[in-house]
Amino acid sequence: MEVNEQIAVDHGLKKEEYKKICDLLKRVPNLTELGIFSAMWNEHCSYKSSRLHLKKLPTSGKKVIQGPGENAGVIDIEDGDAIVFKIESHNHPSFIEPYQGAATGVGGIMRDVFTMGARPIANLNSIHFGSSQHKKTKNLLRGVVHGIGGYGNCMGVPTIAGQTSFDSSYNGNILVNAMTLGLVKKNKIFYSKAAGLNKPVIYVGSKTGRDGIHGASMASASFDEKIEEKKPTVQVGDPFTEKLLLEACLELMAGDSIIAIQDMGAAGLTSSSIEMASKGNLGIELNLNKVPCRESKMTPYEIMLSESQERMLIVLENGKEDLAKKIFDKWDLDFSVIGKTTNTKNIELYYDEKQVATIPINTLVENSPMYDRKWKKTKLPKKNLIKKEEFKKFKIKEVLSKILSNPNVCSKEWIWQQYDHTVMGDTIQKPGGDSGVVRVHGTDKAVAATVDSSAIYCWAHPLTGGKQVVCESWRNLISVGATPIAITNCLNFGSPEKEENMGEFVECVQGIGEACEYLKFPVVSGNVSFYNQTKEIGIKPTPSIGGVGLIKDYKQMVTMDFKEIDNLVLIIGKTEGHIDQSLFARNILNEKNGPPPEINLFNEKNNGGTVLQLIKNNLVRSAHDVSIGGIITAISKMCIKGNKGIEFNKPKYFMSEIEYLFSEDQGRYVIEIESKNLKKVISILDKNSVHFDELGKITDKNMIINAKTKVTIDELKSYNTNWLTNYMN
Amino acid sequence: MKSAVITFPGSNCDRDMHVALTKFGFKNKMVWHNDNELPKSDLVVLPGGFSYGDYLRCGSMASKSKIMQSVINFAKSGGLVMGICNGFQILVESGLVPGILLRNKYLEFICKNIFVKIDNKDNPYFKNLDKEVFELHIAHNEGNYFCTNDQLKEIEDNNQVAIYYCNDNGKTEEKYNPNGSLKNIAGIFNKEKNVLGMMPHPERMIDQSLSGEDGSLFFKNLINNIK
Repeated sequence: MEVNEQIAVDHGLKKEEYKKICDLLKRVPNLTELGIFSAMWNEHCSYKSSRLHLKKLPTSGKKVIQGPGENAGVIDIEDGDAIVFKIESHNHPSFIEPYQGAATGVGGIMRDVFTMGARPIANLNSIHFGSSQHKKTKNLLRGVVHGIGGYGNCMGVPTIAGQTSFDSSYNGNILVNAMTLGLVKKNKIFYSKAAGLNKPVIYVGSKTGRDGIHGASMASASFDEKIEEKKPTVQVGDPFTEKLLLEACLELMAGDSIIAIQDMGAAGLTSSSIEMASKGNLGIELNLNKVPCRESKMTPYEIMLSESQERMLIVLENGKEDLAKKIFDKWDLDFSVIGKTTNTKNIELYYDEKQVATIPINTLVENSPMYDRKWKKTKLPKKNLIKKEEFKKFKIKEVLSKILSNPNVCSKEWIWQQYDHTVMGDTIQKPGGDSGVVRVHGTDKAVAATVDSSAIYCWAHPLTGGKQVVCESWRNLISVGATPIAITNCLNFGSPEKEENMGEFVECVQGIGEACEYLKFPVVSGNVSFYNQTKEIGIKPTPSIGGVGLIKDYKQMVTMDFKEIDNLVLIIGKTEGHIDQSLFARNILNEKNGPPPEINLFNEKNNGGTVLQLIKNNLVRSAHDVSIGGIITAISKMCIKGNKGIEFNKPKYFMSEIEYLFSEDQGRYVIEIESKNLKKVISILDKNSVHFDELGKITDKNMIINAKTKVTIDELKSYNTNWLTNYMN
Repeated sequence: MKSAVITFPGSNCDRDMHVALTKFGFKNKMVWHNDNELPKSDLVVLPGGFSYGDYLRCGSMASKSKIMQSVINFAKSGGLVMGICNGFQILVESGLVPGILLRNKYLEFICKNIFVKIDNKDNPYFKNLDKEVFELHIAHNEGNYFCTNDQLKEIEDNNQVAIYYCNDNGKTEEKYNPNGSLKNIAGIFNKEKNVLGMMPHPERMIDQSLSGEDGSLFFKNLINNIK
């Protein structure tokens, strides 16, 4: 087939991009070459709309071993240990085929982590669905949860935390973000940079089939009514093969045979071979007849663009082929020497002894398009003026029952019970807490991880929202007693070609950057997912932040369940009564406008640092951050988990009870302390100038808010635990 | 005391089992599914996981593995063989214990703490345990035990039910049954009581910081019984 402009456009390339390709090559590409360009230059692989802005994020720090640009980020957790982690989106495929889309998302991110030599030790996920009333939501939720479980459970990696939300902006475009943490020795990290000439390039893992061809291009386009036709571009996962691949790779990595290794993820063999050669400033030559194929008569075009799962590309040291082959034979995996590194700086493909493509690698990588897209700034919305009398008409108990059973607040046990969260025998904080925590096997250390997003705040004011998500992650780590180290981000947005969506992206990234910089909480890896929209309707801007922290002595880990009757409960951080964009405003007042709560980074750092100091001094029995739903939601969860009640002190604040209990001011925590330690705790809080309120005392059964308002633990439980289970059954 | 844990392709609780056995004093060896011979052992364990991906009936491929012939011979000669979760499924498929394991009643994977009740302590696994109700942990998709009426009669006549799902007081009612298994059966023995298959994972309950410690009681007692 003769290539022309129309064929290029059908491949998702813009006309001017096609012209640039012809100029760079000084000729018209053939179809295979065009396919390679379209795969490398699409948004998903090239970050052409986002690169300019991502550069501004803080990515280095004392604990950062590897920042963005590799398969995953790496941080130092001392004693020669390191944690490899990353989050990635699999949104488009999951909407088309929820089980396989979600499953391969989990498989892909685990591969990114073990490619670097790390054994995956924990999975997390952030999943977002349309309104619970929408006809597709239930099936999508069920499919995604089964898919995540199906893959992660089979791999034997615990799923320790996650986040689920419902919002009508995801009706036509759900989000599935999967995150994995792996453990590696600092001196045994593997990278994707090839080095040396005439080194054998080997292909291992599953055979190549026709599935997933142009998956990355699909992820770079908006949905329309013909979306169902894209089903064949969704890959099919095989977690069993991935488990074998994991064990085989780690076995080979124990020796010194590997120069570079790269998993075949988006754009399969194309991007893996080009990235390894590009980073090593080398050329690469592949004989496509040697690629193990599942189907007969696959063309070079199909082989290069297939996104079949569970495959790896490795550049080996010369003479190590037999040793490597033995390992992959033992694990019943395909192994084939398919090419070598060269000094041509070209990618050269051969098929049936004919050269079928030759492209200078720099044209695919360095010369890929980069756009400074137009974007629109979002003004800070005006505050709503809500009269004090307005609040008086609400009964606290009624409001509380609605808030606790809200789909975005209610217990997600129905979901996480379907994930194996205890395999590997090191899970010391299960899903449902502020962060999931796993011990570093065989040591006293533990790693905490959390994944968060606040699309409502980001939608109301992207700059504030961006900061808020980072702070939320920070607080969730501190609440379990972990010192926050670094984050990974998955940036889910609408079309970058629309100024409003691009503006949301730019300002969220700016907010993320400012918070990360201030908190010394750098970004070490991440992924951008644009075009999350169906026809003209984009999703609410949803950056998901995956935070990781370290607990040096796992026995100092804190959980949120109230521990002991008569202990005191303090609120750390100041409550100002910010109601706009709170769950209360949106769901009870039905007021959707207004600014999100303000972020004060000084207070975040100071309050968080102080809570951590209290925890490290063994002064905190339980802790929980205050997030959506406000103080009373946080307290209710602590009561439910601890099966204890609380009696509130007489209020000393100058706002209505509703404002105090349901407002969503930031930088706040609830902590439980023993009354004998009150003086000591207050002296530390005062010394650090941290505002606190003495909220009340733990009791055996009831939540007694005031003389007129009493809620039993059983009532709290029934509000909070039943919604999702009832909805799904 | 020597133990051996078999690793099948797709096993994923093999390391956890190794950690548990070693912690309570076993000298454990990992054995590859493709080996012919078992090392000299006092206990052989088939661990949890997804052997061969469990793409066919769970455990059926693994039951035909090379090493399984040795495991079967070892069991037939009276050796202690324990199968946990996928290991239980493999025992069932290889005919070492009666019955089969169907998909969970609600068609969903379940991972949570549950309680089990021990009825019969006249066997090398539970002899000398000083309590009846244990808190253990399950994580499976196919733990719904089933067998024919004739088989059930034989199992009950021979006291082959090892553990039942129950509540924290030992009540074995249907509402405490997590997966729909027949008569709340969570684990069974062969006729001779040297082979034990069960769905719960004692190896995940060996530390106060984990889901609980009742697994420790089981392992401590087991090694003392073998000594």
